[in-house]
Amino acid sequence: MEQKPFNDISYQAYLKEEKLMGSKCRSCGALFVPPRPICVKCGASEMDWVEMKGQGKLSAFTCIAVGPPFMKQEGYTRDHPYCAGVIQLDEGPRVTARIEDIDTKRPEEIKVGTAMKVKYLHRGEGDRGTTFLAFKPL
Amino acid sequence: MKRPRKLGRGVALVGVGMSKFGMFRDRDSKDLFAEAFRNMIASVDKGVDPKEIDALYVGNFSNDFFIHQAHWGPIISDLIGHVPKPATRTEGACASSALALREGIFAIASGFYDMILVGGVEEMSKRSTEEVAEGLALATVPYEGKAAFTFPGVFGAVATAYFDRYGASREHLMNVTIKSHNNAALNPRAQIKATIRSMMEAKRRRASEKGLPEPTWQDEKEFLRDQDANPVVAWPMHLFDCCPISDGASCALLVGEEMARQFSDAPLYVVGMGQGSGSGLHAADELTTFQATKYAAEEAYSMSGLKPDDIQFSEVHDCFSIAELIHMEDLGFFKSGEAYKAVEDGATRLDGSKPINTSGGLKCKGHPVGATGVAQLMEVWEQLRGQAGERQLPIKDLRIGAAHNLGGTGGTCTFTIFERR
Repeated sequence: MEQKPFNDISYQAYLKEEKLMGSKCRSCGALFVPPRPICVKCGASEMDWVEMKGQGKLSAFTCIAVGPPFMKQEGYTRDHPYCAGVIQLDEGPRVTARIEDIDTKRPEEIKVGTAMKVKYLHRGEGDRGTTFLAFKPL
Repeated sequence: MKRPRKLGRGVALVGVGMSKFGMFRDRDSKDLFAEAFRNMIASVDKGVDPKEIDALYVGNFSNDFFIHQAHWGPIISDLIGHVPKPATRTEGACASSALALREGIFAIASGFYDMILVGGVEEMSKRSTEEVAEGLALATVPYEGKAAFTFPGVFGAVATAYFDRYGASREHLMNVTIKSHNNAALNPRAQIKATIRSMMEAKRRRASEKGLPEPTWQDEKEFLRDQDANPVVAWPMHLFDCCPISDGASCALLVGEEMARQFSDAPLYVVGMGQGSGSGLHAADELTTFQATKYAAEEAYSMSGLKPDDIQFSEVHDCFSIAELIHMEDLGFFKSGEAYKAVEDGATRLDGSKPINTSGGLKCKGHPVGATGVAQLMEVWEQLRGQAGERQLPIKDLRIGAAHNLGGTGGTCTFTIFERR
């Protein structure tokens, strides 16, 4: 089977299909999400795609009141902050993602270590559409 | 590192200058750089003819985005009458001009040139706050940008990891902020030249003048806990955890060590320097440390033969309050998880055992990102030469000072150690 290149375009295309994919080094077994074309553990370049289960724990987070214009367009303001965070996947690697379905007005109640599962945010239509990786409490 | 770093030829700093830092409608990158340049020339004790400058390196992160103009090397060269000699722009996000400094040092250390101008410039305030957040976020790694992380957001997330791991809280971050403001109130060049207490008084006065009820904050922390006075930017980063949006420029003059006394009564010598790179939040080994800072420090300490305890004071990249804490640990000034306690005990104040950001830091001095790396030298220069006025450190035999600069989410970090001999 022909492999998609281990790059951000492929990673994004998989997200659009609701698949969280990483690359696994054929030499040393190191796992990378997002995928890497070169293994930074052993230096090898032979990789395989691996799908993640999409579960993990919240390692760090922030509730952003002053976001960039594209988030303002999604309706996020000082009175309606959004959350972004770092998730440690059950498989080991960490990913940065939007965090959904939590009360961003009460950030002090959000706890590092909370179990999370993946959610895909589809924005726009067809070829111009894109999918953002998100997580929500399990 | 295979062997300790060393320069092929010693390099000395013989002049430093800054423009005013602030948000200026009627000023642009060129006249800000011109101001920094004039101030730098005036700082050279025995005078210098700018025609002797062999080459210039200028740091700029993203005037491309902020004012839609790139290619700042030749623009600055033309501005100061340096054409047709070489001019190079360096980019390392908020560490852009620290990279200019390093290139300048290498150019002299190699023996190719004798006198180098280094500097930086950034013009940010003509964009809205949201656009500035978007522009700065260009320096995150791609996955952080997709997750809609802003820079306050990145450091907010890092703060939650630090709190969780070490038991620190927002209250501890407030100690950093209060200290920065106390120092800045003594720095005529600070963008925000006020203590938190004086800002509280001003707000009370304004309320009273308008016939509104006067706020009843008992102390600085109560003010900083007040959501109206100190609103959330990216929780747990509040307004007073964040550096301001700034326009400004900085400039410094480097010469071969053996020439230093021709120009300066009290030159500073580069005794240690280091630079590291980092991967961003998702790929970092730990969220409570910046690998690039650790590596930069290791290089600088190995070159100088100095230890963290030998650094008598340092400017530390405090784009956000939490950044100052983590970097102080990464630079070895305090053990991991202990910096917040040291700050609480007053160790980093002007009269403490390890004064940090005596200038007021980026938080109060201002942070025109591309100008910051070289602007940090201003404080090292003045402190080591006994010219820091009211904030002059009360240390006998003040000889060793340093500056630490960070770009991106720890993508580029530098640490440079200077000595007065």
